[in-house]
Amino acid sequence: MPVLARWIERAGIPTVVVTMMPAVAEERRAPRIVGVEFPFGHPFGVAGDKVMQRRVLELALRVLAGAGAFGTRVDFDLEWPVPLREAYHAWQPAEPSPIVRKLIEARRGSNA
Amino acid sequence: MIVDSYRFLPRSFRPYYEGRGPFHGETEQVWAPFEKRLNEAKIALLTSAGVFMRESQQPFDVEREQSHPEWGDPSWRAIPAGAGPQDVGVTHLHLNTADIQADPEIALPNHLLSQLAAEGVIGAAAEGHFAVMGYQDRHLNDWREKTAPEIVAALRDEQADGLILAPA
Repeated sequence: MPVLARWIERAGIPTVVVTMMPAVAEERRAPRIVGVEFPFGHPFGVAGDKVMQRRVLELALRVLAGAGAFGTRVDFDLEWPVPLREAYHAWQPAEPSPIVRKLIEARRGSNA
Repeated sequence: MIVDSYRFLPRSFRPYYEGRGPFHGETEQVWAPFEKRLNEAKIALLTSAGVFMRESQQPFDVEREQSHPEWGDPSWRAIPAGAGPQDVGVTHLHLNTADIQADPEIALPNHLLSQLAAEGVIGAAAEGHFAVMGYQDRHLNDWREKTAPEIVAALRDEQADGLILAPA
């Protein structure tokens, strides 16, 4: 996704990436970054919480319009309101994705 | 406060993301200045949550991903600004999509953006937003050669002044 942002930015359209992995977006050299410490699948926050979603969206707009230089990163200062263990499990799919299943099978194979 | 980028990531996945450096050939600074005032600017959104319009669009191809685990559907969908939870489906094999299905605004806050336009915070919301499916093969050839140019063309047609991308 940071690479997609770069290609669009290179075409002349300003971009900001709102991401749970801002360190990775920095490594991938996204032009503008908003970091959120939220579980995957929830870049704008908790389902149904319009106040929280609006705060993230407004921060994204401020960084998009107001960042002065390439690589600007601003992190959103809010803790996810669900205990970590619960949130960590909740975002993951019920079945492992095909690539994860393949990696697990490969590991089993190499341990056999 | 500095966000911990790996807080919710299984520990075994971390080496796939951390310390990998820039994407091949993507090291230099790219920068398009945001020249307008926000209250005169037209803004678009892009999600990688695999959102699609139930009635008028095909879901992202997760059948092929089941048989080709290194492949992810590289196509994109246009999501109208007025789309609601009942209008959209979500296909993504790497996430529990229940919360996005219940409230798609957590991935693509199109109604909130329209509200900000109505309040005059931004000039306008794009009429069409964008959805991709974020799991892609690592070379990103289809995204580079087809998806990105098509999204750029659509953004230019809309005369969008900026894009907010949200990886799922």
